[in-house]
Amino acid sequence: MRVRKYRIFDVGQNSSYFNDESGTSLDNKAIIEKVARKCYLPANATLLENIKNNPEFKVAFSISGVALEQFERFAPEVIDSFKALVDTGNVELLSETYYHSLSSIYDKEEFVNQVNLHRKKIKDLFGVTPSVFRNTELIYSNEIAKMAEEMGYKGILAEGADHVLGWRSPTFVYKPTGTEKIKLLLKHYRLSDDIAFRFSQRSWEGWPLTAPKFADWVSSHNGNANTINLFMDYETFGEHQWEDTGIFEFLKFLPGEILKNPDNNFATPSEVIDRYEEKGELDVPYHVSWADTERDLSAWISNDLQKEALDTVYALGKEIIHIDDPELLEDWRKLQTSDHFYYMCTKWWNDGDVHKYFSPYESPYEAFIAYMNVMQDLRLRLSDAQKKQEHGVTLHKTRPLRFSEI
Amino acid sequence: MFGWEFPPFNSGGLGVACEGISKALSSSGVDLTFVLPFKIPVSAPWCRFVFADESGEMMSEGQIKNLFAGYTSHSNSAESKKYGLPEFISSDLIGRVRAYASKAGAVAQKNKHSVIHAHDWLTYPAGIAAKEVSGRPLVAHIHATEFDRSGSDNVNKDIYNIELEGFRGADVIVAVSERTKKKVVSKYGISPNKVKVVYNGIEFSNNSAVIEHNLHELKRNGNKIVLFVGRITLQKGPDYFVSMAEKVLAYEPNTFFVISGSGDMESEMIRMVASRGLSSKFIFCGFLRGKELDSVYKAADIFVMPSVSEPFGLVPLEAMISEVPVLVSKESGVSEILSTALKSHFWDIDDMADKVISVLRHKKFQNHLSANGREEVKAIHWKKAAESLISVYNSLDNAFGMFLFPGSPAVARTQVSHF
Repeated sequence: MRVRKYRIFDVGQNSSYFNDESGTSLDNKAIIEKVARKCYLPANATLLENIKNNPEFKVAFSISGVALEQFERFAPEVIDSFKALVDTGNVELLSETYYHSLSSIYDKEEFVNQVNLHRKKIKDLFGVTPSVFRNTELIYSNEIAKMAEEMGYKGILAEGADHVLGWRSPTFVYKPTGTEKIKLLLKHYRLSDDIAFRFSQRSWEGWPLTAPKFADWVSSHNGNANTINLFMDYETFGEHQWEDTGIFEFLKFLPGEILKNPDNNFATPSEVIDRYEEKGELDVPYHVSWADTERDLSAWISNDLQKEALDTVYALGKEIIHIDDPELLEDWRKLQTSDHFYYMCTKWWNDGDVHKYFSPYESPYEAFIAYMNVMQDLRLRLSDAQKKQEHGVTLHKTRPLRFSEI
Repeated sequence: MFGWEFPPFNSGGLGVACEGISKALSSSGVDLTFVLPFKIPVSAPWCRFVFADESGEMMSEGQIKNLFAGYTSHSNSAESKKYGLPEFISSDLIGRVRAYASKAGAVAQKNKHSVIHAHDWLTYPAGIAAKEVSGRPLVAHIHATEFDRSGSDNVNKDIYNIELEGFRGADVIVAVSERTKKKVVSKYGISPNKVKVVYNGIEFSNNSAVIEHNLHELKRNGNKIVLFVGRITLQKGPDYFVSMAEKVLAYEPNTFFVISGSGDMESEMIRMVASRGLSSKFIFCGFLRGKELDSVYKAADIFVMPSVSEPFGLVPLEAMISEVPVLVSKESGVSEILSTALKSHFWDIDDMADKVISVLRHKKFQNHLSANGREEVKAIHWKKAAESLISVYNSLDNAFGMFLFPGSPAVARTQVSHF
């Protein structure tokens, strides 16, 4: 969900922040239609086929509420294809924040609200209730694990970053420091990134990556691993790695190749959690994520522009949540999506790195300017709504007493 | 190296660029002779000056002043407006250019050299004449084409032909940006392989000036300052600046627009400002340089360069050194290399106003741009330009590969001299 080129002249004039019909990289409808065609539909079809061919094959999805909403609106056939997958019983759906937000860091109350909104959405659409939590961009800390536990989750996902694990392996289940029952699953980032980032990289020694080769790498862990957690951006399939790289063929043949070794099997996150005891406790006092080489929060919160934008949106929230204006509340929540802040990142901006590749804006500054203009409009709407509410409160105060209140 | 002007006797960017390039080349070990058409009391520790007009008298203070007074001439001659030359000398500018060329052969004979390097059309005929005598390769450096100076409709045929002659006669052409290269290719029909892009640089030095007094007062009262620095000519887009200012004022009424520069559109700009009722918000300070300009930079909240056509554009780099956020037009060469800069099309008034307002409103944004801009501009050094030029020289057939790369042990001056 991208903010259009929203100018200062739009402030107070119109409040449609997301409706760009330019057909460009800021046109949300065009983007959804494109990724549905290139990634979601063919990848879902491949997975469904995989499950038919190998009933042991398992997979889990974490899909934000914003993504589901946009699919419902612009590409409903994607929702149907996910339903078909969930109905096989081989597919688990995970919980996350509805708006793919950074609320776990900025606003705990809002975080809980958004996780609940997402649970409800998943239940409404797919008829299931998740029991494992994965936070936005795999952002994780002891504190977030604690929050997930308090919300009743039996498991949580995190990046298996070196600086977190030290000598330990991501191939076991851990217990987060400061929690009682919740279990922690760690992304095997080498094997995951072999597919997500390196699959088509010709300069990589592993290229070309074939299903048998990858299955060998997986099997080589046998004897010293309970689980290998492959987590990746779904758009790896067809969008980041285009169809012509052979990524769908790889996906098609992978289950069969892995199952050729009788010691291997597939399991959903819940099954792994139920099956294995914790290997030990893992202390993660600071936030980790799956982004960039730093695997920290710097992709979203490193420069003053990002901090300013985040401070502004969460400060507005303190008042917005007390106002009875569902549209204002929804727009405010959509403006919390982490991508808005990712596009403002200036880390290595000069070198034209991955941020530049993923950003629909010409520069981080364009992203900041449009966003802050939207903030100004949001503030205007808030003060209008506050005025209305005050008016309402005055009326409320003077209304006649009812019998029930005597 | 054939030039036309040299600081402090310069009317514009060409002289500044020649100074930067010659200094950096020299410190990279190139033995450099700088040729000028007229006898002026110029000196620089890094190169030797030769005057084509050797027999002539040293020019008097008054003459020089007239010659390089900037673009302030109020004479009626279109030529003099365009090139900032007083009428007595510009009435026959092309004649002067040819006269320069007629003496260049002798200069070439007297001064040993491996490469001839000529800057802009004013010196191309001289460069060609020198090449005819010595047979050394000619590098034609293009800082601005006739199309940049005149807009597409007003091109002087004679000058165009001289440029074309220079491009054809050169062994290699050096353009100051990709957009300039594109022009050389598309407007002059030159093969792209013959044109190399070498970006200009700037010498970083802290701006230690104090804010100009009047501006300081304005700022103390909570006003913001938007700055324009440059010749007030069609090429620099002053009319777009005024339209942008009007939009900004509708949202940020406590803003002043400071104009440093002069030129043939100055009175038109003043009239435009007046007719829109913005006179009380505009400050015209005339042509400033040195400390005066530095003290104005110090006061600015944002610098805007809405150039319609700018082959490179050094001024934003000066602003960045002074920690001023910059908004440059996408029609400028410098926008190709800047990251910490805001960019708009010169005609996109809304986009420019939106960006300016955003910087004025968000202190953190402003600080981010000033701090990071200052760091970025440190890396845009003439040294880089010199390194690229040396590899251009080394690629030439008849230069005998005698130019050393900076940093090599033999950076001690070579026996080579060149123009």
